[in-house]
Amino acid sequence: MSVRSKNLIGPLDYTRRTWMRLVLLGTFVFLYAPIVTLVAFSFNDSRRNIVWRGFTFKYYEKAWNNSSLVEAFTNSLTIAFLSTLISVVLGTMTAILLWRFRFPGKAGYEGAMSLPIVIPEICMGVAMLAFFSRIGWPSGLPWPLNLGAITISHISFSFPFVTVVVRARLASFNRELEEAAKDLGAGEWQAFKDILIPHMRPGLIAGTLLAFTLSLDDFVITFFTSGPDTITFPIKIYSMIRFSVTPEVNAASAVLIAITLVMTTFALWFQSRSGDHGGVAHG
Amino acid sequence: MDYWRKSPKVFWSFGIPPTIWLFALFLAPLFLVWGLSFGEKQGIIEVAITGTLENYSRAVQPLYLQIFLKSFWYAGLTTFFCLVISFPIALAITSASERWKPILLLLVILPFWTNLLIRTYALIAVLRTNGYLNDLLELIWLSADSGLRILGLGDWNLFGERFHRFELLYNNFAVVYGLVYVHLPFMVLPLYAALDRMDRSYIEASLDLGAGQWRTFRSVIVPLALPGIISGVIITFIPALGSYLTPDLLGGTDSQMIANVIERQFKSANDWPFGAALSFLLMYLTFFALAVRALLTRHNEKGLA
Repeated sequence: MSVRSKNLIGPLDYTRRTWMRLVLLGTFVFLYAPIVTLVAFSFNDSRRNIVWRGFTFKYYEKAWNNSSLVEAFTNSLTIAFLSTLISVVLGTMTAILLWRFRFPGKAGYEGAMSLPIVIPEICMGVAMLAFFSRIGWPSGLPWPLNLGAITISHISFSFPFVTVVVRARLASFNRELEEAAKDLGAGEWQAFKDILIPHMRPGLIAGTLLAFTLSLDDFVITFFTSGPDTITFPIKIYSMIRFSVTPEVNAASAVLIAITLVMTTFALWFQSRSGDHGGVAHG
Repeated sequence: MDYWRKSPKVFWSFGIPPTIWLFALFLAPLFLVWGLSFGEKQGIIEVAITGTLENYSRAVQPLYLQIFLKSFWYAGLTTFFCLVISFPIALAITSASERWKPILLLLVILPFWTNLLIRTYALIAVLRTNGYLNDLLELIWLSADSGLRILGLGDWNLFGERFHRFELLYNNFAVVYGLVYVHLPFMVLPLYAALDRMDRSYIEASLDLGAGQWRTFRSVIVPLALPGIISGVIITFIPALGSYLTPDLLGGTDSQMIANVIERQFKSANDWPFGAALSFLLMYLTFFALAVRALLTRHNEKGLA
């Protein structure tokens, strides 16, 4: 690239063509303008107006003082935390199982494990609704037990995603390290704890962040498993949106956007690190 | 990879917990819905599973068939627009410098990670009749008018009338617009993966041998990127077909898609067996699309080998 003169556009330099740049620019405006406007106007000191009337945090304060919104947020965080914990354990177990062993019916097993990733959310939502009502899942339990149904459905769709991420990381593991450890007298458990877990760590962290984001963001499946006393943050925002568009909802949305952005950045960072060459993982 | 008998203790201890979870808390609910789809409603919540095919035959009646067709049409339109927009994007990212490539990719992926509900809400806030877009257009209209007043053309002399706000939401246009907005990254990523893998010397050869850019695009780039195009089309089509939130929040009364009808059967209409049949039909369509994809990619790999 550096050899070419700056003014000459090579036939394959699509990125340097003006119309191509316009398409790129247009697409990014299409993708980002709504979100950016939403966040920007959550700071605008005017209820409904395109005119900027000054910077304010008052809508955040208002959202913060809205007790049902805060309660929904607490519920969401609790569910995400529990769901992540169990999803990571189950997902990692599945990843190791599929990575390490050959067994009869493996293709079918893998197919079943990828079902939660591929089936439409609505189908899974109604399945969970039918299931919990059929087995007579108790309602009106004390907090946080009342969040059980939602948490269980979140785990069911999250852990296969963790499996995918951790398995990708395991692919770069050098089995000889494990064998060396065993030759040197380590048992199955010690080899697992001291060799395999440290190697998986970037994948585990990426999987954790992924499971957390999936749970925190889910609307459709939660919509079918939540009851009047188990409102999550997205469900609450949904009911507020149906009612009207207010800067307060903008503020609440901006908070959720910020959380997801931070989590995603971390996840991508760990994911790119887990793509590094195999061998022993550092820290 | 070891055969499982080599260390059965490890195999079972890793295998049993997730397998139990998958069967008891994922496959069992699905199986239950499958059973319900052969059931009959008795009373308000009682459903007797009688093995009837009544629900399926109701699902293919013109009224519901029409909704299936409409969902196909919306998902197809969405896929088409995504493909048309994504191709130049993916091509541009492929030819971007090493420094820009990850940044551009990240810019495409980031909205995908933002909550679907909030992205839909952002569209509502921007596009609704009292939304930011209409506010902005009115502002421009008003200031243009007051600017013209200096020339004596103000007070709507030139524009003829006051600004009329556009009704952009709650119609079929809004649904397809929203679906494209939501699904664009699904298309860009597989296209990018396919184009990035492509051997650039084919394109250079084609250009050297006298084919123009358009001809090269049509006869070299598109055929070589075909596996990626197929992947992208199917990966975009499947979630678009099963969309619930976008038609629910952006659509009008006549923009219902399959998922909205399913939701209604399970919530307000309270006809679970019928809803179950619809949701399994949607699931079969999804599996069919995935099978087509698997078949086509395998076919393509063979063709290349």
